[in-house]
Formats: sequence, C-alpha cells, structure tokens
Amino acid sequence: MNFLQILNQVEEQEPEIFDRLDSRRKVIGNFVNFGKKLTLISLPFAISGMFQKAYGQNPGPAVLDVFNFALTLEYLEYRFYQQGVNASGLIPTGAPLTAITSIRDNELSHVNFLKTTITQLGGTPVPEPTFDFTGGNGTGNGPFSAVFSDYATFLAVAQVFEDTGVRAYKGQAGNLIGTNDLLEAALNIHSVEARHASHIRQMRKFNNFGDVKPWITGNDPGVGAANALVQASYNGEDNTVQATVNIVNIGGQSISFNAASESFDEPLSKTEVLAIVDPFIV
Amino acid sequence: MKKIVTAEGSGNPGLQQKSTLHRRDFLRYSGYAGVAVAGASLISIAGCQDKDDNDGVDFGTGDFAILNYAYALEQLEAAFYQQVIASPYAGMSALEKGLLTDVRDHEIAHREFFKAALGANAIQDLEVDFSSINFSSRDSVLNAAKSFEDLGVSAYNGAGRYFVDANYLLLAGKIVSVEARHAAYIRDLLSNGSFADSSVIDGNGLDTSRKPRDVIAIANAYIVTELNANTLPA
Repeated sequence: MNFLQILNQVEEQEPEIFDRLDSRRKVIGNFVNFGKKLTLISLPFAISGMFQKAYGQNPGPAVLDVFNFALTLEYLEYRFYQQGVNASGLIPTGAPLTAITSIRDNELSHVNFLKTTITQLGGTPVPEPTFDFTGGNGTGNGPFSAVFSDYATFLAVAQVFEDTGVRAYKGQAGNLIGTNDLLEAALNIHSVEARHASHIRQMRKFNNFGDVKPWITGNDPGVGAANALVQASYNGEDNTVQATVNIVNIGGQSISFNAASESFDEPLSKTEVLAIVDPFIV
Repeated sequence: MKKIVTAEGSGNPGLQQKSTLHRRDFLRYSGYAGVAVAGASLISIAGCQDKDDNDGVDFGTGDFAILNYAYALEQLEAAFYQQVIASPYAGMSALEKGLLTDVRDHEIAHREFFKAALGANAIQDLEVDFSSINFSSRDSVLNAAKSFEDLGVSAYNGAGRYFVDANYLLLAGKIVSVEARHAAYIRDLLSNGSFADSSVIDGNGLDTSRKPRDVIAIANAYIVTELNANTLPA
C-alpha cells in the first residue's frame, strides 16, 4: 500500500478529511517536504503526526511537563525582577533600571505565554510557588540575604538565574522534538534568556562586581565568594568536546580552552535545575 | 551530491523523460520512500513541486542539510570576524578588541566543528564578499555584526523543528545561545540596553525565527558562492 492509497481510503471513511488537512494538494505537498527530511523508518510517525495535528489531539503529558517546568522557572525569574524593581534604591535609575524593567517584562510575557499555551494544549498551568530569593528555603535568611538591598548581590543572583534558565531550556529541547511550533516557541524563549544573561553579565563587569564576559568561561560562576553556592549552575560548562570532536585547537586553528568552552553552552537536566532552584522555592 | 549518486542506481530511468519532474526531488524522495510508494504515484507527488533552479551548492538531505545550513552561516560569521580583528575599526577599545576576538574564536570553533562533524557530507568552503562593509568604521562593523548575530539566532531558532535526531538539535541549542549572547553584546555596544529590544522580541517575549530560505536570501548579500536554497526546507 502506498501513501496515496492510504489517503484515498481515509477519504472514503472520512469525506471531510481534506477539509481538516487543508487540501489534498497541500497534504501531498507537505508530504513531499517531509520526505526530504525523514528517513524511511520515521515516515509512519510523520504521517501519524500530520493526522494528530488535523484532529487536534493534545501532545501528551511529557510535553505539558516541559512547559509547566518552564513556567515554574519563569515565575521565579519574573517575581525576582519584579521584587528587585520594586525595592527602593536597589537598582540605579537610568540605564540599569530600564534594563532590569525590560527583562522583568520579558519574563512576565513568558509566564503569560506559557500559561496560555499549556491551557490551549489541554493542560493545567502549575500555580506560582512562594519564593525565598535569599536562598533560605523559606527562612528569609539564606546566603543571599542582601539580594534586595545590595545591588551586587542582586545582579549575581540574576546572572545565575539567567545562565541556569538557558541551560534548563536547552536540556528540554530534545523532549519537544517533533512538536514543531512548540519546540520553536521554547527555542524562542531560550535565546531571549541568553540575551538577558549576556546583558546582566555586562552590567556586572561594568560595575566591577565580577570579572565576567557576556559568555560563560570554563565552569567559573564569576561571583567571587558566592561561587561555591552556585557552582552547580556552572558544572559541565567547561566541556570542550562536542559530539566526540575536540574543540580546542580544532582544525589547526588557535582555539584556546577558554574559547572552546565559551563557544558552546551546555544543558542541565530537569532534576539538576530543580535542585539548583530548590533553596529559592518555599 | 553523494546521496543522489547513491539513489540514482535505484531510480527508474524512464522517469527522467517526464518533463515536470524535478529530478533531484524524485531521487531524494525515492531514496527514502521508494520501497513504500509506487513509481506512478511519485510522478504526481513530485509534479506538485514547482522548482526549476538546480544550480548552486546542494545542502544535502535530512539532518545533514540543516547542519550544512548552519555550517554555511558559521563560515560567513567566522570570515567576518576574522576580518574585523585583522583590520580593527578606528577607536576599538582594548575591552572591545578582547571580546570581539572571543567572538571570532567562537565562530571559528563553530565553523570547524561543523566541518569536522559533517566530514564527507560537508558543503564546500564558501566565498564571501564584505565589500559593503567599511571595516574602518565602528558603526559599519557593529551594524553588520548585529545583523549577522540576529540572523544567526533567528536561523537556529527556525531550524530546530527540522531536526530528526535529538543530538543534533541539542548541538544547535548549545550554539544558538552563544550566538544570542553575542547578539546582545553587539547590540549593547551599539546602543546600551538594546540587547533584547522590540526589533527582535515580540509581545510574547519570544525571539525571532526565520525559515532557511529566508535566511539564505538575506545571507546571499555577503556570499559569492551560489547556494541552492531549494535543497533546504521551505
């Protein structure tokens, strides 16, 4: 049986199938495009995906889990920046406050987008947790107790949240493979978090709060005395072997260890990320 | 071309005479699905495709095509930053030079990584043309850099959906966030605070995506070597 025969038989049983699938011509056109990208073995999944899309079936609990996990992290970031912006005298007015406010607004947009998406997928958005941004697990007296009174501490925590967020989204991409628009939306958030991380790092460098670059060098957190507290967010970033290819001095080029580690950001698993943010969630 | 040559052996020679059939599409298609689909049906399927342009560098098929697409963009970026560092613009500060050298090295690392990972499947070295960029002008260089970085971010974001292999998707993910870090840095050099402004981020807080053929159309302004964007997903 070939693909066109399958379509013909489906059409006999379900005359409106081509209304749902747009048009017969478009389906076949899409199929030709699919054919370019897929190996024979995955062809049945492509066809199955096409019909799932047509009939609006939900994408399954694993995908909803990814989005609810992302939502938890976005709640964390949004609430952190919102409290920072509202903390009187914490963030200097002018460029710094403008930047942090715009990052806060991006994070709120992410929260709202994820809640809407989860609902549209037939899931239930997780509620916002209660946060303790001192990292004290609810005591309000954790190692970052000055987070909303000391600008340097605030930016250090911001950097760790952003760098961790980038790694968290990266670690989930594989779980969204084949979901097309959903994967793309997650990637579109992922790169925004990386833009934020870059800017926060520049702010820290500008203020001499840390000798950091916009990118992550080795596995160095770059937050001085607090390094040990946040090391888990940077472990593994010193990887310089990608898909068995050693990046240091690759291809006879002069690529240092630092450059090799900086040029690829690394993922974190959900378990690793949840352990990292645990002290901040009551 | 290697895959096509392989596929040709199993193609039906008679089909070459059916004029509207895009030969490469048919061969690629038959290579993947030929055993499941009768030849007669293939003609009507391939006939829906309206492509004439067979010229230019063939990106290949499947995940390799997407990796080659990334390789092409990394070649462009690396060549650009090599020129930036070889002939620094007037007034480049030590801090800028240090970080732009980092960016150059990252792009070279990306380029060489794709070349090594693709091996025999890699596209050729591309010839670039930066004559529209004034390398002695900070504004000209940084605006070009901003375009390249934002383009790269949007390209990776738009290409993620085409990967079949999660390992390749992850590798693209490892690179795109570094490109986004670059983009934010370059934007802030031009105008502090523009790292994620509304020219790239939409009302949902989402970064930009571009389809491969749209990216190639933009990148072509700087690439002399002819690329066959028809070998990329529409």
